[in-house]
Amino acid sequence: MSSHTNYLNAKKGFASWALTIDHKRIGLMYLVSIMSFFLLGGLFALLLRTELLTPAHTIVDAKRYNQLFTLHGAIMVFLVIIPGIPASLGNFVLPLMLGAKDVAFPRINLASYYIYVLGAIVALSSLFVGAIDTGWTFYTPYSTTTDGGVVLMVTAAFILGFSSIFTGLNFIVTTHKLRAPGMTWFRMPLFIWGIYSTAVIQIMATPVLAITLLLLIVERTLKIGIFDPVLGGDPVLFQHFFWFYSHPAVYIMILPGMAVVSELIAVFSQKRIFGYKQIAYSSIAIAGISFLVWGHHMFVSGQSELVGMIFSALTFLVAIPSGVKMFNWLATMNQGSISFKTPMLWALGFFFLFAIGGITGVFLGTLSVDVHLHDTYFVVAHFHYVMVGGTFMAFMGGIFYWWPKMTGKMYSEFWGATSTLMVVVGFNVTFFVQFLMGAQGMPRRYYSYLEQFQIYHQISTIGSYILGLGFVTAMITLLVSLKKGQNAPANPWKAASLEWTHTDVIPIEHNFHEQPVVTEGPYEYR
Amino acid sequence: MNTGNDQLFPLHSHFERPAQQIDAAKLGMWLFLATEVLLFGGLFVAYAVYHYLHPDLFKAAHHFLDVRLGGFNTVVLLFSSLTVVLAIHGAQQGKKQMVLWNLFLTLLCASTFLVVKYFEYKHKFHMGLLPGYYFTNAMLPNPDQAHIFFGIYFLMTGLHGVHVVIGMIVLGWLFYRTWNNEFNPQYYSPLEIGGLYWHLVDVIWIFLFPLLYLIR
Repeated sequence: MSSHTNYLNAKKGFASWALTIDHKRIGLMYLVSIMSFFLLGGLFALLLRTELLTPAHTIVDAKRYNQLFTLHGAIMVFLVIIPGIPASLGNFVLPLMLGAKDVAFPRINLASYYIYVLGAIVALSSLFVGAIDTGWTFYTPYSTTTDGGVVLMVTAAFILGFSSIFTGLNFIVTTHKLRAPGMTWFRMPLFIWGIYSTAVIQIMATPVLAITLLLLIVERTLKIGIFDPVLGGDPVLFQHFFWFYSHPAVYIMILPGMAVVSELIAVFSQKRIFGYKQIAYSSIAIAGISFLVWGHHMFVSGQSELVGMIFSALTFLVAIPSGVKMFNWLATMNQGSISFKTPMLWALGFFFLFAIGGITGVFLGTLSVDVHLHDTYFVVAHFHYVMVGGTFMAFMGGIFYWWPKMTGKMYSEFWGATSTLMVVVGFNVTFFVQFLMGAQGMPRRYYSYLEQFQIYHQISTIGSYILGLGFVTAMITLLVSLKKGQNAPANPWKAASLEWTHTDVIPIEHNFHEQPVVTEGPYEYR
Repeated sequence: MNTGNDQLFPLHSHFERPAQQIDAAKLGMWLFLATEVLLFGGLFVAYAVYHYLHPDLFKAAHHFLDVRLGGFNTVVLLFSSLTVVLAIHGAQQGKKQMVLWNLFLTLLCASTFLVVKYFEYKHKFHMGLLPGYYFTNAMLPNPDQAHIFFGIYFLMTGLHGVHVVIGMIVLGWLFYRTWNNEFNPQYYSPLEIGGLYWHLVDVIWIFLFPLLYLIR
């Protein structure tokens, strides 16, 4: 089987990759780049956790510490989680799932990759002119007055925005115009619904971030007085602008995670998904509500009480579609024939961790509670439970799930399962104690802390080492499979969506030998 | 699946039908235009906030803008939208000369717009009506805040100006492709899509002109 020509061996040489317009190759290139930046961002995380072993100087000074958490945040948010699932897995899978030969605009797709690379280079070059220490949120007036590479990092985020817009635009048009004959909207796999909703947010929120960052750059260079109070500007306006993008952006991060989990739960339960339409619509609902909740980041920024109450109420609304998904997934598993393969383990890890992350989000959306918890480690823990415990667990699950289709190889189930376990354990050890110390008042982003918090910080740091080791184990497991893994069958999971049922073991360049014609839904298992 | 005009329509290999390719391109452009509107949206919000905070200042500062030049530029851009439409109309009928002339006229309008804008900017530079740090004009009642109006003015018109330049590059590229006989009555969608972009450049100016020049 593996002697067939496929998208990996059809063309050879560096240029055939660098100039490819094949969505599958572009997806792989994204995957490798994103994972590299994940390792870099993770390294920064381990360094800053190590620094926090003691309240005094451990390995770096206070300024370097501020730079470390800023770089960790900026790299993880802008270079890893936001592009993460859509640009890598989405690029690879979306046209295959729709029965299309490619995305609608293959050249724009390639351009988005190079814009991403350019953004990454600009972001990293800020390290050499003096690393940025504002936190990934770039709050004014600190960001307009501090020295260091603020302009470079902000420019990088601006450039990366274009990459995100191009990807989203491509996915929306592809979903509308390139579905195979018979592929109606309600026969699309739920992965597509999630990615489509994500793309809508990417298109509508990213331009607002772009203009905000542009204003910030002009504010720093020309001092136009939009955000800096000394010049007559309003720093809260920056927060409004920033969160108008960045709150929807966290749904850009989590919706694709939910999209992957919908596939995994159904396939590894071998059961038609429960409440297909509800899950589909809840993705759209989350995308819609995501634009109406940004003010909950500003409960203590001098926003009026009435506005605070409205934003708080709107924030609670998000829990409804999220809950709809959770319960539908649970109902899908009920009486299914569940197999605990590695992707399913990641999905179950997602379940457990995302539930905690989601519920603590409701605490933070409550005005009175937030006043106490604002800017503490409680927020840090909540955010990581959603973004790492949620999105990144799903991302890893998705990589393991589609790995046989991408590479034609099966990985070691033992090592896959072991790595999942290490990540889940390490993650909880790292972040659960952060809820506890946050609730007791440990502020986030502080270099030093009171003696009473030391034990929590030390537990958290040890957890972060386990967590890091878990992710490295997972990646080694995948890389080893390239050399030593068994050849995969065309549909190892008995899945029912087109990317498994209608392609070779490794898809050919144009995906399908014949145009697939769809006659039933994506979860009809037999 | 193709209709009888395969040779006339360069169909990309991942599309099945010409209509599908055209629709995809149009949808893509409309989505892109939505992102452009949202990009300017941030500036419109900033304008609204500072107009609300300093209404008198905005009223006083706008007297330094020349309504006649702004109005002239508005007419020029409106006329250029007409010529773009006529170019597309010409392409539908296969009249190459009509396409070329109208694209040329559009480019001429765009250049006129930029030349007028250059003289407007030059005048303001001369008066010290510059954004932020470089603001040196003493004629306005409240110079510590007067610079904010000009910061917003230069940002909005400057970003619009960048879009005019991008639009000219697009129009120039369309001119070149028309010259090379790449379009015909079956295949002219790049003209339509480029035209859409040019209309957006026009529409944004339609909002900028009253907001900046005609404050009451």
